[in-house]
Amino acid sequence: MTGDPNLPNRTSSTGQGGPGPGPLGPDETFQDVSGPAELRYVYAVTRPFEGVLPEEGGRGLDGEPPRLLHHEGLVAVVSPVPAADFDEAPLKAHLEDLDWLAGTARTHQAVVTALTAVTTPLPLRLATLCRDDDGVRRLLEDGRARFVRALERLDGRVEWGVKVYAEAAPKKAAAPVAPPSPDKPGAGRSYLQQRLAQKRSRETESRNADALCRTLHTELSQKAEAAQLHRLQDGRISGRTGQNVLNAAYLVPRADSEAFVEQVQALSPEEGGGVTVELTGPWAPYSFTGIGDEEGTA
Amino acid sequence: MSTAARMPDPYGSGGGANLADILERVLDKGVVIAGDIKINLLDIELLTIKLRLIVASVDKAKEMGIDWWEDDPSLSSGARRREIAEENERLKRRIADLEAAAPELERAKDGQAEQA
Repeated sequence: MTGDPNLPNRTSSTGQGGPGPGPLGPDETFQDVSGPAELRYVYAVTRPFEGVLPEEGGRGLDGEPPRLLHHEGLVAVVSPVPAADFDEAPLKAHLEDLDWLAGTARTHQAVVTALTAVTTPLPLRLATLCRDDDGVRRLLEDGRARFVRALERLDGRVEWGVKVYAEAAPKKAAAPVAPPSPDKPGAGRSYLQQRLAQKRSRETESRNADALCRTLHTELSQKAEAAQLHRLQDGRISGRTGQNVLNAAYLVPRADSEAFVEQVQALSPEEGGGVTVELTGPWAPYSFTGIGDEEGTA
Repeated sequence: MSTAARMPDPYGSGGGANLADILERVLDKGVVIAGDIKINLLDIELLTIKLRLIVASVDKAKEMGIDWWEDDPSLSSGARRREIAEENERLKRRIADLEAAAPELERAKDGQAEQA
């Protein structure tokens, strides 16, 4: 499969203005129907790039590798998707369904991640949809100035996510304390003392977590080109135990990533201290796509 | 802590990233540009639920005495300002939408009143 010359994710020097060497069949068939049966889902915008998307994760929402639609020096990474799912009304209904949303978000993310192996993609927000290829070209034209600015600014950069969790689980801490046994003198007092010690240790843990967040964010912000604080995550969506107390993203040149990762490790406390640091990435620079805009208006 | 040992190869699908990591980027970040299908992600019920969950999370952190982002404006003012600016923008749009809808509502009400 990897050697198939018709794979639509291959770049082509002759792809300018067209969707690349991928088969055009489906595109042509729906143009004259009253409403297209297929829409175009746009994952990201990139500069033209060499190389092939990795197989793993390189599958779009239709189960096929995404297509590259070249237009005047920009590339839109797209998949055909059924209008029955992605037109306004069905899409709105689908978005209320967490499973559907999660699956779509993961696929979107997988395509963007696959792109980071070969270029610096500018990820678009979930569910950016056009009626047809002409619509995608219009989108590239409308956003051209922003895309070019952001791609220039973000070229060769990746995003690292750093989160801190305070594992102040009172139940876990309370467990080792044996309840007072009535036949031992002083057992009650000793129990209360232990409980008090636990409360104090929890307070210390919180203070430590607080201090760690400050240090981490200050140090990492200095190492990174830009930093963004995200909202704290809730365990019900993240599936994590422990309280999320720092959720940040850092923009780092790809070449400096190793040093950045080492810095995170160096600043991370040892395990078992009630505070955990979690690193994710490298991500495409999702959290910094507005960076060109800020500079443009500043 | 799980980290890439060497240069970042793109982590495998979802490696180390939880659903919240993915949703907050794919839904809340990334370039917003209007395609042909207009969907305002903020109007989606799920997102309001999500926002409520996030607010609850902040409260929990505060209960634990963790509020490092609040009393050190040098750390967080940029992010907060941006967030507030975004929120303002969102609210302005919402108000504009409501105001646009209001005359129609008024008319509808008047119509009903006249009929009554």
